[in-house]
Amino acid sequence: MDKVIEVQHLKKSYGSNEILRDINFSVNKGEVVCIIGPSGSGKSTLLRCINLLEKPSGGSIIYHGQNILDHKHDVYKYRTKLGMVFQQFNLFNNHNVLSNCVVGQTKVLKRSVKEAEEIAMKYLNVVGMGQYINAKPRQLSGGQKQRVAIARALAMEPDVLLFDEPTSALDPEMVGEVLAVMKELAQSGLTMLVVTHEMQFAREVSDRVVFMDQGVIAEEGTPEEIFNHPKQERTKEFLKRVAR
Amino acid sequence: MTWGYIVDIFKNYWPMFLRGAGMTLFISIIGTVVGTLIGLLIGTIRTIPTPERGISKILLKLVNYILTAYVEFFRGTPMIVQASVIYYGAPLFLGIDLDRIFAALLIVSINTGAYIAEIVRGGIISIDKGQFEAAHAIGMNHTKTMLYVVLPQVIRNILPAVGNEFVVNIKDTSVLNVISVTELFFQSKSIAGNNFRYFETYFITSIVYLIMTLTVTRILRMLERRLDGPDNFNVIPGNQMQVEKPEDAVKRREALRQ
Repeated sequence: MDKVIEVQHLKKSYGSNEILRDINFSVNKGEVVCIIGPSGSGKSTLLRCINLLEKPSGGSIIYHGQNILDHKHDVYKYRTKLGMVFQQFNLFNNHNVLSNCVVGQTKVLKRSVKEAEEIAMKYLNVVGMGQYINAKPRQLSGGQKQRVAIARALAMEPDVLLFDEPTSALDPEMVGEVLAVMKELAQSGLTMLVVTHEMQFAREVSDRVVFMDQGVIAEEGTPEEIFNHPKQERTKEFLKRVAR
Repeated sequence: MTWGYIVDIFKNYWPMFLRGAGMTLFISIIGTVVGTLIGLLIGTIRTIPTPERGISKILLKLVNYILTAYVEFFRGTPMIVQASVIYYGAPLFLGIDLDRIFAALLIVSINTGAYIAEIVRGGIISIDKGQFEAAHAIGMNHTKTMLYVVLPQVIRNILPAVGNEFVVNIKDTSVLNVISVTELFFQSKSIAGNNFRYFETYFITSIVYLIMTLTVTRILRMLERRLDGPDNFNVIPGNQMQVEKPEDAVKRREALRQ
């Protein structure tokens, strides 16, 4: 299996507050990995460290054989290989739907406008938002915005797509439409790293589940292992609390 | 009767009033535009994230100190004093005799720049962090993030404040009369000096200023609406996702795999 990202002994502290204590894990090509755990366990922080939105306090992150925390590494080029979908969508308010998906391609990847628009349309159709290309973000519902955000990330054609609680800010009716898109993407072979509270989704779609608690990975395994036969006490506690 | 005098003065001196108003508008427009550009530049520089180490860090700190000093000085002193200092100081320290109109443009621009710099800084800070994060997540560096995502939103947000500065400038250019710039107030002084009808002359002056400021306010409001874009968008007709045929689903999946 081809390791896309490998995290070694990752640490992150905010002052005296240790959020990540010693994280070791990796993501293989084509895998869908779901990270679950209680609030404050460091799940989002871990994700944000991987694409360097947060600067880790220690450890290394190996991408294609190189440690990206080495300060000679080109952060911006690295980030183009990792897409991120945010809890708050974060669509660019001064661009319409199509432009949101095009601006990154033309200004960062230096693609031609024509090529960028074709690629953008392709992914907008995948998420079902192809008819809304002229809309501005403020005219869309939450579920629609999140689907555009996914298309925007896909248009950069990254190696891995990171999802930071993509459905946590959505109304229950809209959660379904976004999860449906994510399921499609998973089945198409996209490498995905998802932080989520949607246990059903994690159970059905992921290849591997990582349970985090208090800054460490408490347990890791297949959905079958984690949800049906959890080994650690705290995993069992957590699953009991979120069981629906 | 006073009102008769007003009409008379207007009939006799309207070209001078017009020329004065023209000069006032000219100086205000250019001063505000250049000042806004200066302000945008300064505001952007002052919000550059501090680099980790070394020379750039020290350089940036130095630049920020200088810019802060500039902003504090020009916001902390009256423009009428700034005008005198610059106009009479230039021949002393720079050895050049400033053309009055050029001096007027310079003074208004620098003064406006200081105010707009603070407005821009506030505008940038008020942009949701998520916009920055999303731009960074797709690989944009600070410059690209500012150019393509943040500054366009900042400009739209500060337009009311900039418009306000413009209106303020229309009125404040009157202080330039102390360096004998032939704007509206200076013209009014000449006219009043000629006919000794001080109230009547300045009454007309106030009406001219009012016409200018009200018109500018209206135009700016229209501009704001225009920039917001249309309220409705066109939904492209076609296949809705829910009504997808199995063949289309397969085609989509093939497309994804490429």
